[in-house]
Amino acid sequence: MSSPTLPPGLAIQKADERIMTLNVGPQHPGSGHMRIIVQIDGDYIVACDPDPGYVHRGEEKMAEYRNYTLNVPHLERPVIHDSCNILYPYVLAAEELLGLEIPERAKYIRVIASELNRCIYTQYWLAIYGIFLGHSTMFMWPAGDRELLIDLMEKMTGARVTHSYFIPGGIRNDLPANFEDVCLRQVNYFEKRIKEYADVFYNNPILISRTENTGVLTRENAIKLGTTGSVLRASGVDYDVRKKEPYDVYDELDFETNVMKSGDSYARSRIPWLDMMESCRIIRDALQKMPKSGSVRVKLKPNPKGEIGSVYKRIESGRGALGCYIVSDKKVEPYRVKLSVPSFRNLIALPHLLIGEKLGNMPSVYWSLNYWPVEADR
Amino acid sequence: MSSDSDKETIEKKPEESKPAETKTPEKPAVAKPAEEKPAASKPAPAKEEPELPAFEKGIADKIIEKFGEKTTISFVKPDRVGIKVGRDDIHDVAEFARDTLNYDHVDSVAGVDYPTDKEIEVVYHLSSYTDPTLSRQVLELATRAQREEDPIPGNDATKLPSLRDIFYSVEFHEREVFEMLGVYFEGHPDNRRLLLPEDWADLPPLRKDFRNKGR
Repeated sequence: MSSPTLPPGLAIQKADERIMTLNVGPQHPGSGHMRIIVQIDGDYIVACDPDPGYVHRGEEKMAEYRNYTLNVPHLERPVIHDSCNILYPYVLAAEELLGLEIPERAKYIRVIASELNRCIYTQYWLAIYGIFLGHSTMFMWPAGDRELLIDLMEKMTGARVTHSYFIPGGIRNDLPANFEDVCLRQVNYFEKRIKEYADVFYNNPILISRTENTGVLTRENAIKLGTTGSVLRASGVDYDVRKKEPYDVYDELDFETNVMKSGDSYARSRIPWLDMMESCRIIRDALQKMPKSGSVRVKLKPNPKGEIGSVYKRIESGRGALGCYIVSDKKVEPYRVKLSVPSFRNLIALPHLLIGEKLGNMPSVYWSLNYWPVEADR
Repeated sequence: MSSDSDKETIEKKPEESKPAETKTPEKPAVAKPAEEKPAASKPAPAKEEPELPAFEKGIADKIIEKFGEKTTISFVKPDRVGIKVGRDDIHDVAEFARDTLNYDHVDSVAGVDYPTDKEIEVVYHLSSYTDPTLSRQVLELATRAQREEDPIPGNDATKLPSLRDIFYSVEFHEREVFEMLGVYFEGHPDNRRLLLPEDWADLPPLRKDFRNKGR
């Protein structure tokens, strides 16, 4: 059990004959594209040192060579399942620097696309979470139900993943004809489906016994470590950027944030599932309130130049608050683009959660962090 | 499933068992004016007016009042305040921001290279979970380190004091800035590489003189 008085820092202890050092990853399927160096004493983890960087691609450096629009396709690569959300803060910041005011209809379509993406990402993550807990049904069901929404996104954007849908100035193309009806039908069915996960997964005594009281993150530690998203809200902090600092039209939509107090793996795995239901609610509300016609993008001048200055924008992605900091020096390319990604911010919590746990609980704790290694590495 | 938990933590904000925090006792007396913030915290109507938003201006003024000429305001925008701080004062200003202004974590730490100024800027974006009046706010603390033409990361003059003892959450962010720009953070317990390979022997890659191949 992690206690709040753990000594800070990630220093690796000197090994003695009791302690064994294990490299989990980078090829191990249980760790994603990263390595976790754990030291175990018998069955218990005594030290943990996360080692990301195996999929570092230098997205921030690449963004310094391309203009504001050409940055769109490569900046979404870190999380292709959540590609609309990772582009969102970049697009908002670029719009402020370029001085663009985007049409109302585009704002609603962005919210719909972003919420659909949140569900797609969460379903993918839930499938992985299920299979690493040995629950194959929970791999099959989300992976299958996810297709519903991927079909929707394909109708909307033309691509199953990597949509490149948000661009500075609005969205790339308008919705196809009678999209609203199809979307409403699919989302309603999707919501009915995910409610069934409660019986097979979330109320399953086997899952509960494996995840309850493992990897407990206290409220104080969650704030101190600067965690975000489902990790933070599972520890009892009510903070969702969509509510606290609404961007685009989130302040006009009707939804709630989900908060749980226990801070264990179970709460962290339950929050994204509850968030998906709120996403369905947001989509239905947005479809209703959306202007039925109108322009969806403002035309950009060729090679627009950003104002001198810097902008920091943040949004709530499928994993937590995602920030983008752009510095511009009145050139065609941004001077510096910094993505502050939730996976990277949540990674710092991993040693605090794992120390004192049994090695066998590592997958349930690690995947409950809603961690996406490619995003953390950028 | 709601905001049940905001109240209990305004008075007991994260004062973890960190030994560096021994100076706090006299600070709460200074922190009292923070109570009157909710009345003034309506940044939304300020957006229409051309003048500076009042609440954000108040935050900036508090810092200027305390530190005087050591800090300069770089911008005050709705929900965003930018403060430039010298290298020697960044630690004190960050401590003031945590103890008096109630910022409790760091969203992001960005390093920006300015070869023409021979300086590297490190920008901390502070934010708050526990103070409801600050939930929209981001405070940018920017400080600059001297830049060397031929960097030996960790062993040259490109150094800044670490904020790890004030904001625990900067730990990985500062490690990233160290490897990407070569800014060594003095006082950081763990200045190792994070994302780059262990055998990286080139320039720190986010410096402007490191060119991408073919570009």
